[in-house]
Amino acid sequence: MDQTMSSKLQSSNNIAQARRTVQQLKLEANIERIKVSKASADLMNYCGEHAKYDPLLMGIPASENPFKDKKPCTIL
Amino acid sequence: MGEMDQMKKEAEGLKSQIEAARKAAADTTLADAASGVAPAPRVQLKTRKTLKGHLAKIYAMHWATDCRLMVSASQDGKLIIWDAFSGNKINAVPLKSSWVMTCAYAPSGNLVASGGLDNMCTVYNLKTPVVKTVKELDAHTGYLSCARFLSDTEILTASGDTTCALWDIETGKQKTVFLNHVGDCMCLALSPDMNMFISGACDSLAKLWDIRDGTCKQTFQGHTSDINAISFFPSGNAVVTGSDDCTCKMYDLRSDQEVISYQDAQLNSGVTSLALSVSGRLIFAGYDDFNCNIWDSLKGEKVGVLSGHDNRVSCTGVPQDGMCVCTGSWDSFLKIWN
Repeated sequence: MDQTMSSKLQSSNNIAQARRTVQQLKLEANIERIKVSKASADLMNYCGEHAKYDPLLMGIPASENPFKDKKPCTIL
Repeated sequence: MGEMDQMKKEAEGLKSQIEAARKAAADTTLADAASGVAPAPRVQLKTRKTLKGHLAKIYAMHWATDCRLMVSASQDGKLIIWDAFSGNKINAVPLKSSWVMTCAYAPSGNLVASGGLDNMCTVYNLKTPVVKTVKELDAHTGYLSCARFLSDTEILTASGDTTCALWDIETGKQKTVFLNHVGDCMCLALSPDMNMFISGACDSLAKLWDIRDGTCKQTFQGHTSDINAISFFPSGNAVVTGSDDCTCKMYDLRSDQEVISYQDAQLNSGVTSLALSVSGRLIFAGYDDFNCNIWDSLKGEKVGVLSGHDNRVSCTGVPQDGMCVCTGSWDSFLKIWN
């Protein structure tokens, strides 16, 4: 392929890429956005409602901890 | 003006439009909004188990949905299936290529997958008398950085070739290729409803994808280096990322922007991995400095640290029931904490 052919191919690839970039940006620009205050409220609510079901937050009683090694009891 | 210049101008205009729309929605920050929330308690977790068995750096781990079994991958060339309750090894799967970077457990518990510098995702059946290779998914032209099963018949992969792909495991073919990143894809996470996934890449961007139509829906900026770790907030409305820029960030999907950054002036190691507790309040982030820091996701404050590894923490995982956090390290050990 001579110099002009390959540089033409290169520039048409670049234009195709640029068109795709613009297409993608149009898609992303057109979405609805909610206010961060509303988004934050929802995140806080979720954490609040689910906190009591979060073992790592609440702590796990030893008797209910499947990962805790059960030590044998010695009778003194 | 040539078409190229026109396209450039249009792209710049759209970027400004997006920037302006995000600013208009930014009436507060998450940290400010959460200033009235009671701080998370100081989290002091103990190592309950140290899983010993790998002979080299551990690169990845993934919990099974039964919250008891887990799979780990090491560059000793093995996948190990562990019973985390007892600390016993259930299975050791020898890998054709020891340069493994990721592993995954199928939701059914029947299959596991691995992949790495071989550019392939290999799927194994754990339920046959001897563990058997089901398929070698071979089409990526770069390393496999992450894999996640949707079911026993479909798996998502992220690759150093800058693409992600959805595969049909039975045919071994890619059903959909997700094209848009301009840097190596390093991580991916499935949305709770399984309709979307999020990817993080070396182009410092996180992208939200529709699994079925193959399109990139949103792009999140803010990081200044590779994004190595990514996870959905449990409600599905936000994602958390971890980066080589030493920060983690939360992006809200519906406001389309970063809402908080988790960083500390004294922290100058990259984030390698992260996992959230079931309520989403705690973020467990693994760092190059051998520690796993625990962050209050709403307030952006550090509330604890998991110290105990003698090398980089490379992977972190919380099982579905939230009963513990597992850390895996280049020191060849996995630790279970709660």
